[in-house]
Amino acid sequence: MLYIAQTALQLGFIYGLVSLALFLSFRVLDIADLSTDGTFVLGMAVSVAVAAKGHPFLALLVAMISGMLSGTVTAVLQTRLGIPSILAGIITNTGLYTINLAVMGFSSNIALLKQDTIFSLLQKAGIPSVTILLPLLLFAVAAFLLKNFLNTRLGLSIRATGDNRDMVSASSIDPRFTITVGLAYANTMTALAGALVGQLQRSADINSGTGVVVVGLACLIIGETIIGRKTIGRNILAVMVGSILYRFLYAIILKTRLFPIECLKLVTAVIIALAIAMPNIKASYDLRKERNHAGNA
Amino acid sequence: MLEMHNVSKSFYRGTINERKALDNIDLKVNKGDFITIIGSNGAGKSTLFNCISGNILPDSGRVFLGGKDVTYEKEYVRAKEIGRLFQDPLKGTAPHMTIEENLALAYLRADFGKRTFSRITKADREFFYQKVKTLDLGLEERLDQAVGSLSGGQRQALTLLMATIVPPKLLLLDEHTAALDPATAEKIMALTEKIVKEQETTCLMITHNLSQAISVGNRTLMMEHGRIALDLDEKTRKGLKVEDLLRMFKEKTGRILDNDRMLLEE
Repeated sequence: MLYIAQTALQLGFIYGLVSLALFLSFRVLDIADLSTDGTFVLGMAVSVAVAAKGHPFLALLVAMISGMLSGTVTAVLQTRLGIPSILAGIITNTGLYTINLAVMGFSSNIALLKQDTIFSLLQKAGIPSVTILLPLLLFAVAAFLLKNFLNTRLGLSIRATGDNRDMVSASSIDPRFTITVGLAYANTMTALAGALVGQLQRSADINSGTGVVVVGLACLIIGETIIGRKTIGRNILAVMVGSILYRFLYAIILKTRLFPIECLKLVTAVIIALAIAMPNIKASYDLRKERNHAGNA
Repeated sequence: MLEMHNVSKSFYRGTINERKALDNIDLKVNKGDFITIIGSNGAGKSTLFNCISGNILPDSGRVFLGGKDVTYEKEYVRAKEIGRLFQDPLKGTAPHMTIEENLALAYLRADFGKRTFSRITKADREFFYQKVKTLDLGLEERLDQAVGSLSGGQRQALTLLMATIVPPKLLLLDEHTAALDPATAEKIMALTEKIVKEQETTCLMITHNLSQAISVGNRTLMMEHGRIALDLDEKTRKGLKVEDLLRMFKEKTGRILDNDRMLLEE
């Protein structure tokens, strides 16, 4: 049980960064950023490659910058070249596959052997349970920065871009700029998540990004269903709760062998579809109850 | 203040459906003018506004704002000097953001690019409070409520405030009271006249209310087929009745003023 809790918290905070990124792109900007899977692997590949050279801290920074660039590319595709936003993400994602391979020296995976990671270094420095504390700390900092950023003037402009595009283009805000900043910011967080996972498992694999965007969205929506979306603060709390809860469920399923391991992706897909459909299912259930009630009266 | 030279705009160019929305428009608006614009459906009134605001680019001709050629300037750049209201009250505000946040966005025009990373300060909040109070709708006590929870009239009043919170060089009103109930429409119109008078804003207003067209402002344009058919200055307008207006329009264009929403009288 302790092991389950540890894993759930650790992965909850790390993948929570992806959900924060999706909150920014999907909820605030109203753009489904499908480059997320590729950006996650990019962060992971860059992080492991740089750590392999002996710079695990620098690795996180370089990974974040690479994510920022990737987000900028997606944004430029849609704002300057007029490519529909979903397609822009898919195009970036496809291109990233090759970039990610290149970062790993055209091999489909790389591993850290005896080199230090950010986790091993901090452990040596005597910090206890660093594999949970570091993700927690980084998530807290990211959440704090995002919340404050969204209340700055630039943040307000980004929120308005997602809320009413008509209004933004008729006011003095350039929507191309706000979309670019928003996507660059979101992908920075996604890449950081990938970077942490890479150093935690001491390896990077070209296929490790599959489904990251869907899981991230599921966490976001699970959290929103429980916490609500009234204020930015609640939204961010929802990301955290949803992310940890999802990892708990996931870990329990893994541990108890409730389902065979081979079925895991299918089970994930079902959980996610249910979570996203829940508000609609609930609404039609309520309507039906109301109708039956009216019929009996 | 605003000058348009030979501005033309056609839609569906080169097809059988080609339609001239603006046909060699020449217009000179003086500083402080409050011009009302009337015309049939499809006369080019909204296209005129779109060309002025930069929402669409003209096929030919030039647009000058305050002496500067802005013909090809981007909409968001021009928006620093042009405030605009649409008929749809939902168009001018961000529904999921609070009243205060919406005002802060509008207020960005005041010090653009300077306070990018600063938040709404106490001084801003007090300033917004006083501004919203002038609307006299009680909204000043609800600054932290989402704009989506307001009625259409309240939203349009807020949009008007947002468009003028940093006094624009030019205010464009595109039937901004048409979607509201009569009482609210009257209130918004009174508010508009008050703000325009206080700030001495140069203003263009499209309306379908003919008696309003001759009673409000100091000059009236009548548009037909992408042209300005009639341009009535303050003196000519004086004492004019709606029937006179209709007669003048028919004499000039040979057509009856035809607008399915036209209000001939109150």
